[in-house]
Amino acid sequence: MLIYTLKRLGLAIIVMITVSMISFMLLRVSGDPAISLAGEGASSAEIEFVREQYGFDRPLIIQYFEWAGRAIQGDLGNSAYVKQSVAQMLRERMGVTMTLGICSLTFAMLLAIPLGMLAAIRPNTWIDRLALSISVMGQAMPSFWFGLILIIFFGVYLRWLPISGSDTWKHFVMPTIALGYYATPAIMRLVRSGMLEVLASDHIRTARAKGLRWPKILFKHTLRNAIIPVVAVAAVQLGFMLGGSIVIEAIFALNGLGNLAWVSISRSDLPVVQAIVLFLSIIYIFLTFMADIFNAFLDPRIRSS
Amino acid sequence: MNALLEVKNLNVDLNLPAGALHAVRNVSFSVQKGKTLSLVGESGCGKSITALAIMNLLPPSASYNAKKMEFEGHDLLKLNEKKMSRFRGAKIAMIFQEPMTSLDPCYTIGDQLTEALTEHKQVSAKEALNRAVFLLDKVGITGAASRLKQYPHQLSGGLRQRIMIAMGLMCGPSLIIADEPTTALDVTIQAQILRLLASIQKEFNMGMILITHDLGVVARIADDVAVMYCGEVVETGNITQIFNHPIHPYTRGLIECIPIPGKTKPGEKLGSIPGIVPAPIGELWGCSFRNRCSLATAECADRGLALNHISDTRSFRCIKPPNDMPIGTPDEKPDKKMGKADPMAIKKEERI
Repeated sequence: MLIYTLKRLGLAIIVMITVSMISFMLLRVSGDPAISLAGEGASSAEIEFVREQYGFDRPLIIQYFEWAGRAIQGDLGNSAYVKQSVAQMLRERMGVTMTLGICSLTFAMLLAIPLGMLAAIRPNTWIDRLALSISVMGQAMPSFWFGLILIIFFGVYLRWLPISGSDTWKHFVMPTIALGYYATPAIMRLVRSGMLEVLASDHIRTARAKGLRWPKILFKHTLRNAIIPVVAVAAVQLGFMLGGSIVIEAIFALNGLGNLAWVSISRSDLPVVQAIVLFLSIIYIFLTFMADIFNAFLDPRIRSS
Repeated sequence: MNALLEVKNLNVDLNLPAGALHAVRNVSFSVQKGKTLSLVGESGCGKSITALAIMNLLPPSASYNAKKMEFEGHDLLKLNEKKMSRFRGAKIAMIFQEPMTSLDPCYTIGDQLTEALTEHKQVSAKEALNRAVFLLDKVGITGAASRLKQYPHQLSGGLRQRIMIAMGLMCGPSLIIADEPTTALDVTIQAQILRLLASIQKEFNMGMILITHDLGVVARIADDVAVMYCGEVVETGNITQIFNHPIHPYTRGLIECIPIPGKTKPGEKLGSIPGIVPAPIGELWGCSFRNRCSLATAECADRGLALNHISDTRSFRCIKPPNDMPIGTPDEKPDKKMGKADPMAIKKEERI
């Protein structure tokens, strides 16, 4: 288990370094940073001065290590647009996005796992059809459109929930549903097919031949085996959600990372964009790593491989 | 003497999109206390389905009925799922063909062994573990205590089958059903597992149903034999009767397939039965073996065919027994009249 964890950790670190290089290059390939820093109408002498001041004339590899060294310490440079450090901007926004992401994933899991299980236990019945319809609808409906429908129904027509802002928990209800529902179909289908496969397997027949009671067969022997592929997908889904929250945050005017990314892209604030890309990538890598560890906990075969 | 398990006229249908497949038809047999009954036959003849029907573990697409299915005086046909699960594992244990996949990969051996006991009996975890160690030792697994912490994927097929046997014994059942327990194992391991099953059965004085296609296996450990073909029992008898005086052409064919030391000469051709088992779909009549039988005549197709009983335990389903055998009269009328295409005949043409 320890060896497996260390291996996975090593792999995660290598991926992280690669991502940081790409993220670093993002700023360099998007144009000469000295020119953009010096501003419009600067003379070539001024540009040269900026280049020397910021060290842009030195080899790229040295610049990378300097940048990476600062980034590890939490210094991601300053925004090119507002006078604020990028790290500060991230800190202010990430709470909202993380809350939204975790709530949405929880919502998706709470909807997908029981529905998928019910659908697998009673295949080709009304409950299976209902689950299938819910999942097809979720797949077919763009999340921004579903978000707007929610706003019209619960916000405008029923007036139950606030439609914009991120001040109270009520503000998070609709975005959570809109974003979580989007992730539900993939997880539900996986739970259903996984459960069906495991229920038909030899070791479940053994469990029944032992005379085990149905809940024990279902939760102890079936769910644990069926959930293993779901864990990996759920981690990927959460990653997608953090990215997908750009749209949802814009619709519900949540002041999160997605919103910041959208604003920064539209005003070419590259240091901020770079930092957000780096941050989301690291979250993503971390989630994948956690999913691997959790799977190893569930499945002893992974542990020893 | 009261039988441990008595099955009378068991029918199992598998409902396929193409129609009902009559996987098991009118199968009757009984298992005596402390004795081994062997169900013998080719793949697809309904042996495993019969076993699953006794356990009420048939797939959802299957339906079954029987005149009688009595185990230790309990009518298994009347039990609902909940009551039936009190018998499974506790009174009737089952060992399967595929040791590699029959254990849950996510739990330790110890966990899976002990839960078989704690499910049925009020025992402490410690007692259950002690029982597991005792039985692992019994089934010939060394270092039993340390094995409890291992996972199935860390063990070989032979070890896993031993663990399956130990698991079946956890509650001290009075009947054990072994469904081709050695088929998936190496030849060297097969003999060990068979010896183990036979000795365990004697020691714990259990009844056993041994399902196999291998007459060599039958010869080693069975007391009574029921030969199955295409979902029907075609011959029953004790082990010496079956091997020394086989009646049904199918049984005789099976016995010709195995070499006998001292009797079969080197280079001599072993027997084989041409053709394959027909699929028992649709309406059936006559002898189901007639397409592969060298003795078959037109008569074999148009008669309803019942088991001819020579004694309680000795019976056969054939109208052309060897000359020295008593011939019973078929007591069943043909259930289907002529004028319909014979499904078996069509199948035969397709095969050729």
